[in-house]
Amino acid sequence: MAQNPFPLGKDELLKAYRTMRTIREFEERLHVDFAKGDIPGFVHLYAGEEACATGIMMHLNDNDRIASTHRGHGHCIAKGVDVHAMMAEIYGRSTGACRGKGGSMHIADLSKGMMGANGILGAGAPLICGAALAAKVRGDRGVGITFVGDGASNQGTFLESLNLAAVWNLPVVFVVENNGYAESTAMEWAVSCDSYVDRATGFGMPGVTVDGTDFFAVYEAAGEIIRRARDGGGPALLECNMVRFYGHFEGDAQTYRAKGELEAIRASRDCLTILSERLVEAGVIGRDELQAVDREVNALIEDAVRAAKAAPLPVAEDLLRDVYVSY
Amino acid sequence: MSRKISMKQAINEALDLEMRRDPTVIVMGEDIVGGTGAQGEDDAWGGVLGVTKGLYAKHGDRLMDTPLSESAYIGAAIGAAACGLRPVAELMFLDFMGVCFDQIFNQAAKFRYMFGGKAETPVVIRGMVGAGFRAAAQHSQMLTPLFTHIPGLKVVCPSNAYDAKGLLIQSIRDNDPVIFCEHKNLYGLECEVPAESYAIPFGEANVLRDGDDVTIVSYGLTVHRAMEAAAALAKDGTEAEVIDLRTLSPIDWDTIVESVERTGRLVVVDEAHPRCNLATDIAAFVGQNAFGALKAGIQMVTAPHTPVPFSPSLEDLYVPSADSIASAVRRTLSPKGASPRIAA
Repeated sequence: MAQNPFPLGKDELLKAYRTMRTIREFEERLHVDFAKGDIPGFVHLYAGEEACATGIMMHLNDNDRIASTHRGHGHCIAKGVDVHAMMAEIYGRSTGACRGKGGSMHIADLSKGMMGANGILGAGAPLICGAALAAKVRGDRGVGITFVGDGASNQGTFLESLNLAAVWNLPVVFVVENNGYAESTAMEWAVSCDSYVDRATGFGMPGVTVDGTDFFAVYEAAGEIIRRARDGGGPALLECNMVRFYGHFEGDAQTYRAKGELEAIRASRDCLTILSERLVEAGVIGRDELQAVDREVNALIEDAVRAAKAAPLPVAEDLLRDVYVSY
Repeated sequence: MSRKISMKQAINEALDLEMRRDPTVIVMGEDIVGGTGAQGEDDAWGGVLGVTKGLYAKHGDRLMDTPLSESAYIGAAIGAAACGLRPVAELMFLDFMGVCFDQIFNQAAKFRYMFGGKAETPVVIRGMVGAGFRAAAQHSQMLTPLFTHIPGLKVVCPSNAYDAKGLLIQSIRDNDPVIFCEHKNLYGLECEVPAESYAIPFGEANVLRDGDDVTIVSYGLTVHRAMEAAAALAKDGTEAEVIDLRTLSPIDWDTIVESVERTGRLVVVDEAHPRCNLATDIAAFVGQNAFGALKAGIQMVTAPHTPVPFSPSLEDLYVPSADSIASAVRRTLSPKGASPRIAA
């Protein structure tokens, strides 16, 4: 076996690959099953963006909090939310992560530090400032990570939170997942500055831009700014340039894309292919080992779908439950 | 020990006592310390009207001034609540709700339900409400119906210092998000308040005056107008029962219905605008659940369907007066309980 040139040991590399593969398979399966009409409501897929969630979440523990977006499945899986509970939630079942009350856009697992996907763009930024404040008050060295797309990076909530986090010196990392499209609108048109690093500088914090399709680039940049935040160094912004393999939501005809664009990004910017090729080429992990992970993941997702479809739906009494702790 | 203090002092005292009792209680807001980062004295203001004055000296950094970013810091209070703290966030004037309402009604109010009963968000958002301060259209509103409409929120609006202290202590201890509405024109009003800590449970109205002829239901400032009206009516031999709701969500339906079943007449007084407010809500509930007991049409006395005007001559017409409440009571006593249509 060749010497490992990567910043992670083999077990951790396999874990990263497994996480990314799980997200991919989860999303590809939803794409198919949504088209069949099996899944109610809105679904926004994270396929193509797996390196970002995974590279960041490898640095976190259950005590660290994340506030996610409408495109949250990848964040959930990378943060350790149970895949069966997620699938059941997306199918609206009572065994779901939110007992079928939340759906795709609201999956949460507070025990894992996952404060919720969020149907309101940019809404996670203030919330994560609060989570980070709680960690700071307790002195538990917890950090908070919030994700926004390039679209929601224009929300007032996001910009206010950058300032608040800087003024209060909170352990927060603001991650801009720049996939080039705010739904259908081009980032180049809708974002007034040339670089998110400039925007971070304007709020008095460091900003870093990385190739979000490169797991190691994300992992290393995130590691540094998360460590800094954990040590009391304050907030930072991380921009991950990445690609979205599917539309804004499932059913989106994506007529706003250039001809051949999807084929091109699938061929050249697939973060999972990029990672697996590097691992195999370096001789650190064999292709057969990756394929074994693929088989395990396929079985996991298959079982999650089977279990979700077999699980009971919420019943009438559930309609009125859990509005308040007490009322 | 009991002594007379103002509602403003009672709120300050409730915050102080709860911060002493529970280290997870933090208080944040614009200028609630006052002067952070400025050259003058620490704790310079203690809020624009001095409600939190003196708390910084006692509790230090657990009181936090914020930038003028209501979405960010109200959201931060909510996020901190979801992570185990009990923040009290001051929104100064609840009219400012417009710039941060998403964090309250789409986030805090929905976490518990949307996350399948697995979240608790014990946050209190407190601030000033109400007209009569010559503060004009954007600093004077009674927006309580916006909050009571939202499942997941609890809404409190005390009418006096005693209730303000006990209800704020309960709000901080409560495990759901609470909107705590403080009528700015009641801040200076004094009454007997025990020095020790006490909590007033939610959903328990206070019957301020017994009477068998008519029930008057209100909350906040207009409770006092209702009491004035009741005193005037008593001179004519009409005994009004006056109910102070204290909490608007949950609301004490039992006390209202029990009273109306005895008096047969209902006047509901609400400083909010006339459409879809507490008055219409209570009138509808009573119409549905105690129709048989009614001897006359239900009367509603509310602010008009206008923004709050600035000029004193107009603002004095805006807030329901004791006279308008007494007139409404007299309408319920007229032979057929006639209720002439009032132009909207």
